[in-house]
Amino acid sequence: MKIAVLSGKGGTGKTLVSVNLAAVAKDSMYVDCDVEEPNGHLFFKPEEVKTRQVAVEIPLVDPDKCTGCRVCVDFCNFNALAWIGGELKVFDEICHSCGGCIVLCPEDALAKKEKVIGQVQRGVSEDVTVLTGMLNTGEASGIPIIKDLLKDIGEKEQTFIDCPPGSACIVMETVAAADYCILVAEPTLFGVHNLHMVWELVKLMGKPCGVVLNKCLEGENPAEKFCAEKGIEIIGSIPFDSELGLLNSNALIAVRENAKYEKLFRDLLLRVTREVRP
Amino acid sequence: MKIVIPVDEKSIESTVCQSFGRTPYYLFYDTEGGTSEFQDNSAAASQGGAGIKAAQLIVDEKTDALLTPRCGENAAQVLRGAGVKIYKTMNNSIKDNIEAFKEGKLSELKEIHPGLHNHRG
Repeated sequence: MKIAVLSGKGGTGKTLVSVNLAAVAKDSMYVDCDVEEPNGHLFFKPEEVKTRQVAVEIPLVDPDKCTGCRVCVDFCNFNALAWIGGELKVFDEICHSCGGCIVLCPEDALAKKEKVIGQVQRGVSEDVTVLTGMLNTGEASGIPIIKDLLKDIGEKEQTFIDCPPGSACIVMETVAAADYCILVAEPTLFGVHNLHMVWELVKLMGKPCGVVLNKCLEGENPAEKFCAEKGIEIIGSIPFDSELGLLNSNALIAVRENAKYEKLFRDLLLRVTREVRP
Repeated sequence: MKIVIPVDEKSIESTVCQSFGRTPYYLFYDTEGGTSEFQDNSAAASQGGAGIKAAQLIVDEKTDALLTPRCGENAAQVLRGAGVKIYKTMNNSIKDNIEAFKEGKLSELKEIHPGLHNHRG
């Protein structure tokens, strides 16, 4: 089963939930798709790390063939090309590598050139295979890295995908690969707003989902109230607990340190497994 | 000399727009004839690279100088590549800036910002 862990915003607990679920599952795979700032590897500290580069194809101009017709300049939705002083200029960082300009050029003046935008690291931590996508700073889109990462999922019986925050294209790409989505929610109004957005997204994509309430305190929880109103299953809750916070801030995996948390995440894993395979 | 200023409305009494690439209009002004012409900024709604497209528009209009409060590095590359000079506006009055430019009181824009691109899109 492939489980995507999402939240509408950063800092809600996606990495806490996905890292601890993967660690408690044994012989599992953890995939960090938060390629702009992957941090799951800080917890797993994987060994035997192998790295592969991820490249995209961008246009390369042959100035002898280019006649300045500007078909490519007018076509590019991201304005990655400009015709200046009798020369065609490509802005590499703006290019989303759709390849349209190369196809359309009537003079055959644009060729493909590879550009490395990041890498995928693969290592092991105890019996967990750890995959980490890393996008180089300033690149337009991390989607090619996600696509490369997702090629390896399915090797293990249980895969946990740590998604990027938000609900944009990059999150959709990740969700598409999952059998089930865990939405991590914070007990704040801001948290509820983001939970709403990400819930709409998984609903639109037809993925079954359940909510994990994180940072739970005494008293009313707006996220819990939202789930009750919308009829969303709550599959677990994690207390707002200084001991857990301390383990986490020291980049330790809670389930490997403390039997109490081992039980908490084992119960959550059982619940998720039952949801996926009733 | 033909100069261009990003402006908030199609009026000389309006104000200088704080954004170069996503301004709604440009005012093209001819310092010799004193004539002005407003143009919609077709780059304003671009998904990305608005500065590049806007700069291309200004280059295509064969403009000599741009008067703006700010400019990003990609736009600056296009403008400089085509020999368009970039000057920093002194306040948000269109008229004051045109006068100051004519008197040679505006200085060239030195701080080119690295772009305000939204990388989470």
